[in-house]
Amino acid sequence: MSPDLLKLIFGRLGLESLPLHEPIVVGTFVVVALGGATLLGGLTYFRLWGYLWREWFTTVDHKRIGIMYMILGIVMLLRGFADALMMRGQQMLAFGGSEGYLNAHHYDQVFTAHGVIMIFFVAMPLVTGLMNYVVPLQIGARDVSFPFLNNFSFWMTVGGAVLVMASLFIGEFARTGWLAYPPLSNIGYSPDVGVDYYIWALQVAGVGTTLSGINLICTIVKLRCPGMTMMKMPVFTWTSLCTNILIVASFPVLTVVLALLSLDRYVGTNFFTNDFGGSPMMYVNLIWIWGHPEVYILVLPAFGIFSEVTSTFSGKRLFGYTSMVYATVVITILSYLVWLHHFFTMGSGASVNSFFGITTMIISIPTGAKMFNWLFTMYRGRIRYELPMMWTIAFMLTFVLGGMTGVLLAVPPADFVLHNSLFLIAHFHNVIIGGVVFGAFAGINYWFPKAFGFKLDVFWGKLSFWFWVVGFYLAFMPLYVLGLMGVTRRLRVFDDPSLQIWFVIAAIGAFLVFLGILSMLMQFAVSLLKREQLKDVTGDPWDARTLEWATSSPPPDYNFAFTPVVHDNDAWWDMKKRGYQRPLTGFRPIHMPSSTGTGVILAGLATAMGFGLIWYIWWLAAASFIAMLVVGIGHTFNYHRDFDIPADDVIRTEDARTKLLAGVK
Amino acid sequence: MNTDTHAAHADDHHHGDGHAHGTFSTYLLGFVLSVVLTAIPFWLVMSGALPSKQITALVIMAFAVVQIVVHMIYFLHMTTKSENGWSMMALIFTIVMVVIALSGSLWVMNHLNSNMMPIHQMSGMK
Repeated sequence: MSPDLLKLIFGRLGLESLPLHEPIVVGTFVVVALGGATLLGGLTYFRLWGYLWREWFTTVDHKRIGIMYMILGIVMLLRGFADALMMRGQQMLAFGGSEGYLNAHHYDQVFTAHGVIMIFFVAMPLVTGLMNYVVPLQIGARDVSFPFLNNFSFWMTVGGAVLVMASLFIGEFARTGWLAYPPLSNIGYSPDVGVDYYIWALQVAGVGTTLSGINLICTIVKLRCPGMTMMKMPVFTWTSLCTNILIVASFPVLTVVLALLSLDRYVGTNFFTNDFGGSPMMYVNLIWIWGHPEVYILVLPAFGIFSEVTSTFSGKRLFGYTSMVYATVVITILSYLVWLHHFFTMGSGASVNSFFGITTMIISIPTGAKMFNWLFTMYRGRIRYELPMMWTIAFMLTFVLGGMTGVLLAVPPADFVLHNSLFLIAHFHNVIIGGVVFGAFAGINYWFPKAFGFKLDVFWGKLSFWFWVVGFYLAFMPLYVLGLMGVTRRLRVFDDPSLQIWFVIAAIGAFLVFLGILSMLMQFAVSLLKREQLKDVTGDPWDARTLEWATSSPPPDYNFAFTPVVHDNDAWWDMKKRGYQRPLTGFRPIHMPSSTGTGVILAGLATAMGFGLIWYIWWLAAASFIAMLVVGIGHTFNYHRDFDIPADDVIRTEDARTKLLAGVK
Repeated sequence: MNTDTHAAHADDHHHGDGHAHGTFSTYLLGFVLSVVLTAIPFWLVMSGALPSKQITALVIMAFAVVQIVVHMIYFLHMTTKSENGWSMMALIFTIVMVVIALSGSLWVMNHLNSNMMPIHQMSGMK
């Protein structure tokens, strides 16, 4: 075939795009391919495809979508963490003339992929998954406002993750760092597909994130059960509301910045070039207008989780509910006023730097208020040190430390010394792991019995907890030290042999975290095997306080047979105190949305379009774009969007629960 | 109950509570206003009626802002009371965010501009 024809069909994709010269990547590919083949073979052998498609992939049930988000987050955590181990290994070895085992080309991709994956495809899915699962239950709703949109959002996030994963074996990923600053990310310096993978993965996933934000705002504003005024909403619902407002307000900025960058790369505009009036600094400015709110998008739901956990396991109403709500709202607004602290050293004047330094320090005040609220909730409470509470305590200790180094970095003169150093790396891992990751784990341990009807195993949970916490400190405290000594981030080889010991300690820490992750997987497996012993039929294993614990575990498709009526902040606690009796008669048919495969198809086409654009396969991009329009418009003619669960089914489900509950008493 | 409400959305274009509907005359008024507000800026550019380009640009921007308000009132039916005040709240929040992002970027980029100018121009600076 002629080269022109090949180019027309395959764009710039060719056999040489496969990284066959990188033994590490080839080895990974073999393992992934074998694992994937086993998984697919198993699914086919046990005839699970139909089940998965009908019950999971096409579902519009917020609970199942929430669980799928969590699975996505955990799977991507394994990938992102593999990158982390590779970096720690490289930096531990590359001393005294040794080049380590990763060449620069590969190493740069590893640290970029690590950052992108951990933020966009681990932290975001974990946070969104918990919000998706818990929020409708907490406000007594039957689903989110737009159930189909919810399914579509999830699959768009998966589409982005698929593109990032594809870059591992087809072509390469960006070598620019996780925010892809120009001019390095411009076509002149990054002519290959790496940055294009970055752009389209984030654009595809970003659509999902934004839509899911709109969906959850609408759900919280419109679908609260009778009696639940704004100031009676559970704190987790409040923080979710603020997070989704932040998502809707900030993700469009990211979309636009990346769109401008792709215009620079694809059609030769000069928004972020050095010449022709472009300014790379504008990119840095704009991406941090998204980037700083993103930090709070991740951590606010974690704050909500800790609030629920602290109050449940202290057996007390949350101290200072109102101040907690106001602190959350203040953080939401302030998070838009601090973005410049990410580039103090870019050259703004003293007045600009001091303004943003001060706003940054101010934001620690509402955060500190929250910390005291949790402490006062625990004060004189009957604290039960179950796993969620352990993660919460670990969070409080770790996050305060990370917060303090953050305030330190907020001082512009100090930042001039510490910016771009390992001190910064230690700081943001300190708050993201200590805040978001510990929060997600507290949430997983807390709500797992709600989602599956049995608790998680305590032994493996504790093992995982201690490996994680100890591993975290061993891995990141040395980085603070190294940062203070002036070691900058993203280095591949080192000259000074006296630094090596710190990197060795950090690598040991990372290995302990690895054991923590393995223990967590083990915890899931053991709990599944021991599910009869760990079973909870009451629906309220922790003696908790909010509405999600009022229904069965796992909740029926319709969540609540009758929409609850709320009189108090801790609605379920109030119902228990007033001797609430479950209604046993008078069930009626329940109107529910139907499953649809459109979300999967649309997201699949969007991913194909992204792939086409990355590799300049224009026919594929155009065809999948047109197909997307056709499918999207076609879906508007689908009138089978809803059905009624017959009253008989509701009665059967509720009677089964009555029998189970009677067995307990 | 709640899902009933939103499922009904799909069925019969029911618009929820507190949502004002426009009449033919309000739509017509909105349309005429938008056309006028679009025509004037075109005329300003084509005829060059105003003395300088900068003033023309500013006037066009002012017309654009009025245009946005017209759309919100006549086509989106936003009042201070629609959706129990949520529309207004969302609008205020949006304005605050846009003002922060725009004025902040202008301020920051302007400072960068003055601080990052080529060395030979900086010699006169204190």
